[in-house]
Amino acid sequence: MCLAVPGRVTKIEGEKAEVDIGGIRREASLELVSDQGVKIGDYVLIHTGYAITKLDEAEAIEILKAWRDVARAELEG
Amino acid sequence: MFSKYRDRDLVKKAAERIAEAADGDPLRIMHVCGTHEWAITHNGLRDLLPENVQVVAGPGCPVCVTPGGEIDALCSLALERGVAVTTFGDVLRVPGRKGSLAEAKASGADIRVVYGISDAIRMARQETARDFVHFAIGFETTAPTTAVEVIKGPPSNFSIFASHKLIPPAMEYLLQSGASIDGFICPGHVSTIIGSDAYKDLAARYAKPMAVAGFEPLDIMLAILNIALQRKRGIAEVYNEYARAVRGPGNTVALRAMEKAFKVTDADWRGIGTIPGSGLGLREEYAKYDAAGKYGIAAVGWDRMPEGCSCGEVLLGTLRPEQCPLFGRDCTPERPVGPCMVSIEGTCAIAFKYSDHRLRSLRP
Ligand code: SF4
Repeated sequence: MCLAVPGRVTKIEGEKAEVDIGGIRREASLELVSDQGVKIGDYVLIHTGYAITKLDEAEAIEILKAWRDVARAELEG
Repeated sequence: MFSKYRDRDLVKKAAERIAEAADGDPLRIMHVCGTHEWAITHNGLRDLLPENVQVVAGPGCPVCVTPGGEIDALCSLALERGVAVTTFGDVLRVPGRKGSLAEAKASGADIRVVYGISDAIRMARQETARDFVHFAIGFETTAPTTAVEVIKGPPSNFSIFASHKLIPPAMEYLLQSGASIDGFICPGHVSTIIGSDAYKDLAARYAKPMAVAGFEPLDIMLAILNIALQRKRGIAEVYNEYARAVRGPGNTVALRAMEKAFKVTDADWRGIGTIPGSGLGLREEYAKYDAAGKYGIAAVGWDRMPEGCSCGEVLLGTLRPEQCPLFGRDCTPERPVGPCMVSIEGTCAIAFKYSDHRLRSLRP
């Protein structure tokens, strides 16, 4: 029910977008992310046909880097 | 895109660090999200955790906590008044007192499964001669989708039976009731809407460390590690592990829509009881879309679990599904007794899917 899946935006027409969810194209509403500057190529989380947030890949990589460092420090320390 | 979050070595490393940080003291962490329960069980994360660290599922499945009385009300609406009822797939098999929506459908009621509320509105636009009632369940992830549609103004043959519920009041209820919980993994998708800041006050007032987590194995392990570390340091904050999707203030467009369409009400949680301030009702301005008023549906109340079902305890995290005497034998996803076995996000259904108890149901 609270399931949300990431999809890549492939087309935008007003408040509607076409998203690619693991190879399947679906329509999604962008109404709830109207202030997040969603562009073609961005990843969004989709829940019951509505994008609920933009996914920030840079942020994801940052966090992973930080944790890799933690793991490495462990190994070396 | 995020396959790195499944990196085995990192997950194992996190597990080792959790063991260190928890220091052998019992650490009982609750999550309140069906998708977290799925991810934890599917990836076998409980097996990686040290014995003293326990992760239990709380009331994180909206289908499971939907009162049976609401199911009854919608069944009668469809059967006796000829109204078309739309809702999400999982809801259909939830048992009410007089059966489920699926059973009502089998006896000729017009019950339709939709992917989202916009599908329901599209149907109502196309079939103007018929009345449609959308059974709107779900937590803060789903409530804004209902809100935006209500604000836009659906057709007059469309109304909503609002059964949305809020997570932080349920967390507070559990904390107040003295449940043994040392920290919370906060639900990732709910948090995209309400933001990680929404838990700050709870964490501080009850001195419980919290971490918002995503749904990959490493996300969950890092959240657990953070909670263990917070306890070790004697702090209780909200850590946002899922920063790629969740911002501190949340999704302000969605929150504004919810604020505009809904007022906060008390709500009945099946198996738990009435939780103050945990529900959403349509505001006066949108009363014409409120199915409860439109069809004079009285407050329904009945929330008892079927005979012998322990869902109430499962929802509060005091009993694992395997400990319910009906689990896997009398109660299976094919023949569910309680709501926790119905929804794919129900704790019992998840436990069943991934346990060898599947075989037990085959016994003579
Ligand atoms: S196994 Fe079935 S009867 Fe037992 S608690 Fe779960 S849903 Fe209820």
